[in-house]
Amino acid sequence: MPKYKVVHYINQFYAGIGGEEKADYKPEIRDGAVGPGTAFASAFGDEAEIIKTIVCGDSYFNENLSEATKTLVDMVRGLDADVFIAGPAFNAGRYGVACATICSAVSDELGIPVLTGMFPENPGAEMFLDRLYIIETGANAAGMRNAVPKMAALALKLASGAPIGASIEEGYLPGGARVNFFEKERGSKRAVDMLLKKMAGKPFVTEYPMPDFDRVPPNPAVADISKATVALVTSGGIVPKGNPDRIESSSASKYGEYDITGVLDLTAETYETAHGGYDPIYANQDADRVLPVDVLREFEKEGKIGKLYNKFYTTVGNGTSTKSSKLFAQEFSKKLKENNVQAVILTST
Amino acid sequence: MKLDVGYILIKDIVFAEKSEIKDGILRLNAKELETLVLEDERFLAVSFDIARPGESVRITPVKDVIEPRAKVEGQGDIFPGVISKVDVVGSGKTHVLRGAAVVTVGKVVGFQEGIIDMTGLGAEYTPFSKTTNLVADFTPRDGLTPHDYEAALRFAGLKLAYALGRLGVNISPDESKVYEFPSLMEGIKLYPDLPRVGYVQMLQSQGLLHDTYVYGVDMKQSLTTMLSPTEIMDGAIISGNCVSACDKNTTYHHQNNPVIEDLFAEHGKTLNFAAMVITNENVYLADKIRSSDWTAKLVDHLDLDGVIISQEGFGNPDTDLIMNCKKVEATGTKTVIITNEYAGRDGTSQSLADADPSADALVTGGNSNQVVTLPKLDRVIGTLDYTEKIAGGFAGNVGSDGSITVEIQAITGSTNELGFNYMSAR
Repeated sequence: MPKYKVVHYINQFYAGIGGEEKADYKPEIRDGAVGPGTAFASAFGDEAEIIKTIVCGDSYFNENLSEATKTLVDMVRGLDADVFIAGPAFNAGRYGVACATICSAVSDELGIPVLTGMFPENPGAEMFLDRLYIIETGANAAGMRNAVPKMAALALKLASGAPIGASIEEGYLPGGARVNFFEKERGSKRAVDMLLKKMAGKPFVTEYPMPDFDRVPPNPAVADISKATVALVTSGGIVPKGNPDRIESSSASKYGEYDITGVLDLTAETYETAHGGYDPIYANQDADRVLPVDVLREFEKEGKIGKLYNKFYTTVGNGTSTKSSKLFAQEFSKKLKENNVQAVILTST
Repeated sequence: MKLDVGYILIKDIVFAEKSEIKDGILRLNAKELETLVLEDERFLAVSFDIARPGESVRITPVKDVIEPRAKVEGQGDIFPGVISKVDVVGSGKTHVLRGAAVVTVGKVVGFQEGIIDMTGLGAEYTPFSKTTNLVADFTPRDGLTPHDYEAALRFAGLKLAYALGRLGVNISPDESKVYEFPSLMEGIKLYPDLPRVGYVQMLQSQGLLHDTYVYGVDMKQSLTTMLSPTEIMDGAIISGNCVSACDKNTTYHHQNNPVIEDLFAEHGKTLNFAAMVITNENVYLADKIRSSDWTAKLVDHLDLDGVIISQEGFGNPDTDLIMNCKKVEATGTKTVIITNEYAGRDGTSQSLADADPSADALVTGGNSNQVVTLPKLDRVIGTLDYTEKIAGGFAGNVGSDGSITVEIQAITGSTNELGFNYMSAR
């Protein structure tokens, strides 16, 4: 089996060129492994080979960010690398930012799998945590011995296209995608152990740190609803009978936009719900229970609202990630605004 | 309360002339079982099948899983207030047919029933690939409403499990375990130096086919209350749920609640398992506020040092979970919550529908949106008709090779929120 081809990025210090006084060193490319690359080479054994090492001074990179990034990406281009490794940068801030930036660019522009390694508090880690595999390392070069085997193992997996395990298994910093894995103890036992630690005031690690929750304050009341165009939007899954866009019953990958021009009432013959999280019987009998078109038509007639917007937007909230929901809403909110809709009634289930 | 639980290890289930347990083999007369469940006029027919661990069998759409148990000594009987008359259970002696399960199959809603694979990748995600299952597939009478069908299926499953359990009454168990739950004062005297720990179990009670019954009472009509964990081992809590398969607590999960087992395992050693509180997950905001107030009030009154709070379902119940956690933490009692995640297929979304900084100790059953491709299996018990519509399925998810691609959401018990499984996420 041919060896995987690795391209390695390091700074001027690890290339043996010099310290701070040489930090303005311009990008250059060398054959084979250099500096920490030799440790990687021995960790790879017969499975992979560092074909080129790219060196750049930390100050040069950070002071010429876009130009340096472009130069470095061009150097990697055409090398036919299977994986790109940067660092490890430990807690060196400028080096960390350089490693993460170049990894991100190589991944985006060349589609090559990338990884780097650094101390969790390195600003490069904080900036790119959600986008990159960053192996957690110690604060300084003394951590090299621990970092190299983990980085090498993950690099081989990335090069071969093998599935990547959870952060805790592979040793990369958490903060990006959530990945399932099997623990040594079942969940209830882990909960008991965690509670014993928490009650004793000992350190414990939660399995999911609370996110910064995106709470949206309600808008001020509509000044004159009798003049407003009102739209209906629902996460209750109301769709034309037969679910023409086949919106999923759970974990929806899309939303629907349906025209209700001239529709006065949703009936069992014309509309239904695609939602798999609640008992659909009553919604299927009369979809107005979830999407109140009938009442709004009356209000329209009585002049209580200006008019009902002629389209409604719908998706299934059941098991649908908040990220997907946000993307849907961003898209159709724009359409609502473009069409001068002044108020939206948002129904759920 | 003191309950002696005897485990009769069931190695296999076979159909036979005479229903009995012999040498660890559960022998069943299918005709007798058919007569028993077809007493209910709501069913047209039933077919029985056996699914064993490792067999190339897919069971779907799965409604409930139940463990056969029998009351051998002491007050009351299994499934009180539902199958047997209302009486206090949880003490005396109970026999368990360990390794056997009754699986009920039938399309109630279509979206909300699950998949159990007995082999392959799918088998890794469900605990019921490791039990030998008597599968009962029911055909309802024409025109039976989903609500009646659900009730009929629920009762039929419990009746079967009860009948199977009775076969173990005179069999001497292979193993036994004694669970002793002292009164509050006894516990304090016995373990004066140990932290006093409680378990708050949230029961799915959103209504409209999302129901859990306690001694036969629909939990949405109850205020937060207390019971002995040993009562649950005798079937005091049963599932009447049609929710996503991954985090539905089947009756089997209740009977074998792992939080209860693991708290008992530490009871008297590192902690004093002092109280069990059950609360509901109703849909109205006022109910959520009231029930979580009562949870915090009870926990505070009991002077507990810490509680584990477990959830059932997702989305809407996330708000109950966070309310319970926040209010209990505010009384000065430490909490650990057990939940699962809906982080999207790529895992990059926020995982819960609600959050609070006080929920700083969380155990996860994993991301239910993870996508898996399950290979074609030789035999299907039930039907694959709902594979696209099932919660976790999507249009075009059946491959030309017969494989099905689903989120693990569709697999029964895969991301259980009682901590039944080993799966987690980071």
